[in-house]
Amino acid sequence: MKRRIYGLETEFGIIWTPDGPRKKTLTVQNVVMYLFREIVAGRMYPDVFLENGARFYQDIGCHPEYATPECDDVAELVAHDKAGERIITRLASNAERHMKNDGFHGKISIFKNNLDTPGNTYGCHENYLMERHVDFRQLASQLIPFFVTRQVFTGAGKIKPSHRGYYAISQRAEHIREEISIGTTTARGIINTRDEPHADREKYRRLHVIVGDSNMSEFSTFLKVGTTGIVLRMIEDNFIQQRFALRNPVKAIREISDDITCKHQIELQNGKRLSAVDLQWQYLECAKRYLAQAESDTTTAQIMARWEYVLTCLETDPMQLEREVDWVIKWKWLQTYLAKRGYDWDSPQVKHLDLKYHNVRQEESLYYTLERRAEVERIVRDTQIQHAEHFPPERTRAKFRGKFIKKVNEGKILCGVNWSYIQLYEPYQILYLSTDPFKPEFDEASRTIYSI
Amino acid sequence: MSTEKQQEHRKRHIDETEDTQSDVGQSDVGNGEMDEAFVEDLDSLLDEIDEILEEDSQEFVENYIQRGGQ
Repeated sequence: MKRRIYGLETEFGIIWTPDGPRKKTLTVQNVVMYLFREIVAGRMYPDVFLENGARFYQDIGCHPEYATPECDDVAELVAHDKAGERIITRLASNAERHMKNDGFHGKISIFKNNLDTPGNTYGCHENYLMERHVDFRQLASQLIPFFVTRQVFTGAGKIKPSHRGYYAISQRAEHIREEISIGTTTARGIINTRDEPHADREKYRRLHVIVGDSNMSEFSTFLKVGTTGIVLRMIEDNFIQQRFALRNPVKAIREISDDITCKHQIELQNGKRLSAVDLQWQYLECAKRYLAQAESDTTTAQIMARWEYVLTCLETDPMQLEREVDWVIKWKWLQTYLAKRGYDWDSPQVKHLDLKYHNVRQEESLYYTLERRAEVERIVRDTQIQHAEHFPPERTRAKFRGKFIKKVNEGKILCGVNWSYIQLYEPYQILYLSTDPFKPEFDEASRTIYSI
Repeated sequence: MSTEKQQEHRKRHIDETEDTQSDVGQSDVGNGEMDEAFVEDLDSLLDEIDEILEEDSQEFVENYIQRGGQ
């Protein structure tokens, strides 16, 4: 399949738990300032690019956010997403040391999920660079049924009180209020219309997807982005002829989320009723036909095989995906633990363990306890993640950005960096623009920077 | 690839063990050793989970309040 630029942005939840005799409290803002201290290097605002090409900054609502560098391979993206977790983990350990020196004893917890206890939400946004020529209405109409139903293998699982049905598939589903919208903090849509390609606008648009959950499972992240990339390619090539238009997509996304048997049928505009799994089969069958006439590659073949595998499992018994899909893994271990320890579903221990699943600090995390014991499927190796913490992807513009950042950090050179430009301040006063994210080097900029 | 195979094998082993337990209601004699290993494994995993839940759950959960994000 043709190359595409992918990126993931994750907003993390963060909380400080004081200990010691005095239990000094700190606001989230203060904790976030400690977190950023070692990397902001005198900047006014916590917002920096890192030597692996990623961006790390403080987003709306005081959330630390990690945006991966541009990747053109989905498995590589998974490694970079995981690298973000490790970077923030390392920063948290260092922050705790600084805080201790300042008299604040305690622990920082960082969650890669989408909900706090009262139900405030924060997001994981996917980004896909797309061809500009696609008609937006057509794009939206073909994507909405896909986004409504893909949660059966991308959902991160949400606990609910026993009287409201115990458990739902998706954390974000209940926070989606519109079919199409520009909003990201209110009136969130299944399709978000933000369009900042950070590239040549005549050729590209950016699809900014805010409907998905944050995933701990590498397998879920891989399939979430991988299947979406394939569906987009079919839309760009005007290949999808079937019409899956839903009667009420916003209602459907909640109904699907609320049924962990995955049997619930949603209504199409033509009056037919199909389950989420049925609809996903139709997209998969279409993708098989599409790929039969396109050039194949290893990653695409892996995505297709896993897509078919999860749909086969979901059709018979979703619980078979207890090693692969976040919402099933979490459900299995919450159940097992409660049964063995005699806790009630509505006990605080369940809510606590739910949060712990999403804790990115490995020694504190249910997910990482399971990973350590080989209870979950992996997509990448630890060495790939370690590499991604320090080195940018090789085939995209992030490569140059990463190398540049390393160089200016070492030389303490003043510069401005963004996704599509690099600016050297006094005494150089040079601006380098890059409108082609597929191009790993800026020739002219490389010459300058390596001569400094 | 070999680790994938091992995990698949292990998964099947767990599935089979669970099936045996739920169908028969008690461990099959022939599989006794395997079951024992499985139970020990599970017990030590649950002990690890106990450790990560060491702090006060009620207090922790109540305190987990964020401002909404995007």
